[in-house]
Amino acid sequence: MKRTIVSCAVFLLVATGCDKGTDGDEAVPYASRYKPLASGATLLQGATVLTGTGDRLDDTDVLMRDGRIAAIGPNIDAAGASTIDASEMWVTPGVIDVHSHLGVYASPGVAAHSDGNEMSTPVTAEVWAEHAVWPQDPGFVTALAGGVTSLQILPGSANLIGGRGVTLKNVPGRNVMEMKFPGAPYGLKMACGENPKRIYGGLGQSPMTRMGNVAGYRTAWIQAADYRDKMQAAEDGQGEAPMRDLRLETLVGVLDGEILVHNHCYRADEMAVMLEIAEEFGYTISTFHHAVEAYKIADLLAANNTCAAVWADWWGFKMEAYDGIRENAALVDRAGACAIIHSDSEIGMQRLNQEAAKVMGAAARVDIDITPEHAIQWLTKNPAGALGILDHTGTLEVGKMADIAVWNGNPFSVYTKVDRVFIDGALVFDRNDPSVNPVTDFSLGTAAVTGGAQ
Amino acid sequence: MTRAACIASALLLIALARASTAETIAYTGATVHTMGPAGTLENATVIIRNDRFLAVGSNLSPPDDARIIDASGKIITPGLFSPMGHLGLTEVSAVDESVDFYQSGTRFSASFDIADAYNHRSPVLAVNRSGGITRALTAPSPALGEETAVPQVFSGLAAVVQLGDNPDFIADRGSAMVVNLGEVGSAVSHGSRAAAILGLRAALDDGIDYRRNKDAVERGQRRDYSLSIEDLEALQPVIAGRTPLLVNINRASDIETIVRIASEYGLELILYGGAEAWMVADLLAANNVAVILDSKANLPASFDALNARLEAPAILAAAGVEISFGVDWQSETHVGRNITQSAGNAVANGLPWMEALEAITIAPARMYGVDDQFGSIEPGKEADLIVWSADPLELTSNPDDVMIRGQQVSLENRQTLLRDRYLQADSAKPPAFRK
Repeated sequence: MKRTIVSCAVFLLVATGCDKGTDGDEAVPYASRYKPLASGATLLQGATVLTGTGDRLDDTDVLMRDGRIAAIGPNIDAAGASTIDASEMWVTPGVIDVHSHLGVYASPGVAAHSDGNEMSTPVTAEVWAEHAVWPQDPGFVTALAGGVTSLQILPGSANLIGGRGVTLKNVPGRNVMEMKFPGAPYGLKMACGENPKRIYGGLGQSPMTRMGNVAGYRTAWIQAADYRDKMQAAEDGQGEAPMRDLRLETLVGVLDGEILVHNHCYRADEMAVMLEIAEEFGYTISTFHHAVEAYKIADLLAANNTCAAVWADWWGFKMEAYDGIRENAALVDRAGACAIIHSDSEIGMQRLNQEAAKVMGAAARVDIDITPEHAIQWLTKNPAGALGILDHTGTLEVGKMADIAVWNGNPFSVYTKVDRVFIDGALVFDRNDPSVNPVTDFSLGTAAVTGGAQ
Repeated sequence: MTRAACIASALLLIALARASTAETIAYTGATVHTMGPAGTLENATVIIRNDRFLAVGSNLSPPDDARIIDASGKIITPGLFSPMGHLGLTEVSAVDESVDFYQSGTRFSASFDIADAYNHRSPVLAVNRSGGITRALTAPSPALGEETAVPQVFSGLAAVVQLGDNPDFIADRGSAMVVNLGEVGSAVSHGSRAAAILGLRAALDDGIDYRRNKDAVERGQRRDYSLSIEDLEALQPVIAGRTPLLVNINRASDIETIVRIASEYGLELILYGGAEAWMVADLLAANNVAVILDSKANLPASFDALNARLEAPAILAAAGVEISFGVDWQSETHVGRNITQSAGNAVANGLPWMEALEAITIAPARMYGVDDQFGSIEPGKEADLIVWSADPLELTSNPDDVMIRGQQVSLENRQTLLRDRYLQADSAKPPAFRK
C-alpha cells in the first residue's frame, strides 16, 4: 500500500472553464497536439445501449461519423458505414478515470519511475504531472482493454498542494502533448490528512498535524490572492507586475475558476473543513478523491456541487480509511450528489465496472436498487463532469466525441469483457483482432503483446 | 475429587453443554456445489448435525428433529477459503501497533509463529466473514526496509484459521513455512537473489545436520549454524516434506530454481505471487507445485513480472497445476473476500467456472493438508457453507447465510453498523445519537 498512501489524490469539480494552454493551439507551449486516428463511419447495430444520461435503449443502433456520434436510434440507415453486429453487445460511453497515476508512477514500479510526488516542500503548485508522464507505461494499453477512453493523471498526495493534473485521451502517443485532451481544463491536486503531515512531520517541519495542513492551504491561498491582486493592479496601470511565479499562477487559475480542484481527502470532518477553506477564498472543489467517508456528508456534497470519487471497498490500510463501506457511492448518489468510481490503481482502472458492481450488490442489501443505466454514469458522465469535459464526451449524445466502449455483455457482470473501444470514432482496441491494439515500446517482446492486454 | 477428575468432569460438562445446544439443521431445495465426489446436486438437501455435515443429496428427507431452512432456488457452496493474507494479525495496515505479521529481529526467523498473535475477535474478520470467508491462511511477511544482520529468507510459520464464533479458531498451526525469493528475497538478503538462495540452502543443510547431530549440538560439539536452534526445529517438518514451503516468487527463472531445490531436498512447494508461473506450467504440474495468484495482476509491476497476463490461471489449470486466488497483495487482508473477484476474472479469461470455485474452496484446503477436515460439503466434514441467491462469483452477489462449523454466524460487522447509521440521513438526531 506504500504507493497508494503516498499517491492518492483528491480532486474537486469547478466550472468547466477551458485553460488556454490546452485548447489545441499548437503555438502555445505544452498545448494538446492530440490528433484522432483516422476513422470511417461505423454503425453498431442492435445493441443494448446505456447512454450515460441515465437511459437504457434496447436493440438500438449507434452511428459514428467523422469522429462524432452521428445518430442513436432503431434501424439507422447508414449508407457507406462499416457495420458491426452488436446484437449481443452492450454499448456505453468510454470509461473515464478521474484518478490515475499512469505515466508518473509507471510500470514497472521501480524507483526511476517514481515521478508523482515532488516531496521537497508541502506546496508545489508549480509542478505539472504532464511533465513527467511516460507514454510508454504499459498501463495505458491495459486500461484501454478495460474500456478507458479518457483519464486524469494526477500528482501524488504527499503534498498539501501537489501540482497540476492533466486529462488525456487514452491513445498512446510519443509524448504527453500528443495525448492531451483538447480543451480540457487543468486539475489541481490537493491532499488532506495523514500523508502530508506524516511526510513533513517526519522531517520535523510543517505540517506535522492536521492543524498545520490547514494553515498551509490558507497561507497558500492568501499568497495567491495577493499575487492576483498585484497582477490585476499592474494591468490597471497601478504599479509594476510581480515577477511571474509558477506556483501562484496555478493557484490563481483556481481562484479564477479555470483550474479544477481535485482534493484527496478521506475523512468527512476534513472534507467539511476543506469546503470552508474554499468558501473563505472563493473557489470551488470539483471532487473529493478517495472520500471513504463521503457517505457521512452526502448532503453537504450535494449542496456544494462537489463530487465524491471513491473506490468500492478499499479500507483499513490506514487510519483515515478505517470507516470505508461498500455502499459509499450509493449513499452519495442517493443524496443527489455526484458519485464517481475511480481507481488510483493501474489494476483497478481496468475494471471500474466491477467496482461499480460491488456497490450495486451492497446497495441492494439495503433495498437501494441501482440499475445498470444509472450506475454507468459513475464511470462515464460524472467523471466527465468532474474533469470539465462533459460537453465533449462522457455520454452517448449526438454531436459528442465518439468515445465508446463495446462490451460482450452486461458491463456489471464479472464475466463481461470489453470487446471493442472507439476513441473519436477510431477503433483503438479489438479483443478479437490484436493487430488493432497498441503495444508500448516497453512491452515489446513480452506477454503483453499476446496476452497482457487481452 | 482429584484435580484430574475435576478437570475431566469439567470437560464432560462442557461437552454436554455443547451437545445440548447443538441441533440438526437441513437446508432444502438448493443447487449444491459440494466440491466433493458428489459434484453438483440440484434440488438438494444438506443436513448438518452439531458441527458437521451429516448428509447431502437430492431427494433426501431431513430427519424429524431437523430445523428446516428453505433454500429453494438458492445456491449453496462450501465456505470460502482465503489462501493468503494476514487476518487477525492487523487492524490498520499503517498503524504499526496494530500489525503483528512481521518482526524485524534477527534472533528468530523460521520459528516465528504468527498463530500466537492471532486475534480471533478482530473486526476485520467479521467484514470478511460477511463476504463468505470461513477459513483463511494467515501468514507472516518479511520486514521489508528493516536492517537485518543475517539474511531472512524465512518469514516464519503460517496458520489456517476459521472465522467462526467458537474457541477452536486455530484450525491448523504451522500450516506452511513462508519464504521470500526473487526480488523480495534479494531485498532481505543484502541485494542479490543468489544470496537468498544461499541462505535457504544453508538453512536446510543446517536443519539436516542438526537433526542428525542433536546430541553433539547439545554438548556444544558441533559447528555454528546459520539459524537459531528454534529455527532449525521449526524447519524439521519442512525438511521432512510434511509442511509446505510457501514461496513468495514471481519470475519464471526463479521458479525453476526453487523447483530444482525442492526436488533436491524433497520439499513440498506452494508458490504465491506467481506472475510468470504460467510460463513453466508443465514443470509445476510435473512436480505437484501449487500456485496462489491474483488473476487481475496483468502488468509488469516489476521486472520479475514482465510476462504477467490475465490468462495465467487458465493456462496453469489446464496444465494440471493446483491453483488458488489471492487479491492485491497489499490489501489482501481487509478485502480478502474479493477472492471471488479474482476467481470471476479468471473465468472471464478462460478458466472453467467450477475450477474457479474449487480454487477458493477445496483447493487451498488441499494445499495446506486440511481437506480431510473441511473445504467441501461431504458427510463427516466440518460444516462450513454459504447460501447465495445468485452466482457466488458475481460481484453483485452477497451471502444470504454463512455457516461455520455448524453455526450460522452473524453477518453484522463494523461496516454494516456504519451503513445503517448513515442510512438514516433524514433523522433529526446527529449520527452519534443514532444507535
